[in-house]
Amino acid sequence: MTATASARSLEGRGLACSRGVTTLFRNVSFQVSGGEWLALRGPNGSGKTTLLRCVAGLTRADAGEVHWSGEPVKSDVSRFHADLLYAGHLPGIKDDLSAEENLRGALALRGVAVPGEAIRAALTEVGLEKRRQLPARRLSAGQRRRIGLARLSLDPAAIWALDEPLTALDDAGQALFSRLLARHLERGGLAVLATHHDLMPPPARVLRIEP
Amino acid sequence: MSVAIPSSPARDPAGSFGAGFAWSFGRDLTLALRHPGETMLVVAFFTLVASLFPLGVGADPQLLARIGPGVIWVCALLAAFLSLPTLFATDYADGSLEQMQLSPHPMVSWVSGKIAAHWIMSGLPLTLLSPLLGLQYGLATDTLAVLALALLLGTPTLSLLGAACTALTLGARGGGMLLALLALPLFVPVLIFGAGAAEAQATALSAAPHFSILGAALILAAMGLPFASCTAVRIALD
Repeated sequence: MTATASARSLEGRGLACSRGVTTLFRNVSFQVSGGEWLALRGPNGSGKTTLLRCVAGLTRADAGEVHWSGEPVKSDVSRFHADLLYAGHLPGIKDDLSAEENLRGALALRGVAVPGEAIRAALTEVGLEKRRQLPARRLSAGQRRRIGLARLSLDPAAIWALDEPLTALDDAGQALFSRLLARHLERGGLAVLATHHDLMPPPARVLRIEP
Repeated sequence: MSVAIPSSPARDPAGSFGAGFAWSFGRDLTLALRHPGETMLVVAFFTLVASLFPLGVGADPQLLARIGPGVIWVCALLAAFLSLPTLFATDYADGSLEQMQLSPHPMVSWVSGKIAAHWIMSGLPLTLLSPLLGLQYGLATDTLAVLALALLLGTPTLSLLGAACTALTLGARGGGMLLALLALPLFVPVLIFGAGAAEAQATALSAAPHFSILGAALILAAMGLPFASCTAVRIALD
């Protein structure tokens, strides 16, 4: 880990969000540094997804700020988005494109240039080498999730914000995710994950959201 | 400041308008080529409806030449409208829109790319087909040229207006009907000056004023409506 990596940290300060008249959470603060991951825990409907979307900048928070490396995210959103990899409930996968095209498109959108062999190697790693040319509509839910895993392994983003990343994955897929997460943290990356599963490596911090 | 993760390949950290535009434009065209049915449907609808009118109103050459430009414009407008609902809706439903918003590129870049791709798949084929359809109405050669030129100037405005309206109806129940109520009235000025251009040419008046107004409308629409669409998409994703 480099010195700058440990200096990198994602911070939420006094975040609050409401949906209509319901207040989902209020005064939520957290801090994650390079090499750590933060687990968002809480019962269904407590606002884990909303908090993750607030951090990513998809949903506007009623109050509070997100800071990245000491700078408020608002001051340079596109710089923050260049460092952020977000995956929500919806995978953003096009049914008419193949696994390989979906992966290449997702990386190109984030401005990451990856050679073709690296893309194929990543698809092999997640077990899709024989199906990489099939349209995504013919893949199972777990296989589609594995396209997302291949994306995690190729994208150099420093921040992962993932919502229930283990949904629909089998045991091997979950183990693969753990390996990718460990590698990401070793490289000095950080992650915020909304998950009910116990993952290895264990979270450095846990944020409980109570209604 | 150095990048924390060493395996970072060549990348553009801040994103750019060109890259965002090229990405969404290229992807939407690829998807359209993969599934040509939708573009074909637009073209088939335009051809069929515009061909039904001469059959319906009878073979009176003077009447046909009189109504021709207007009928072709209305058909083109409805055909362009036909493909509007899916412009943002499919990307919204499968999560691609979220990923685009979280890309480092400015939002207006990929929104503009999508609108341009929509025009290539709807407005452009309609423009290219219009002289052929005009022949059924016995329009003179110069009128046919003016008709096509008016469509070339007018259909991008339709795509821009339609994009802003369809972004507003994202996530709304019964969005299709709402879209018709929102968009069709806004198409009216384009229709009036577009059809008016060919009519002026046919009655030996100058079509130039109509072209000027269509051009001015296009410039105004291209400057303002992509931003309006961005705001509407951002609200839908919030």
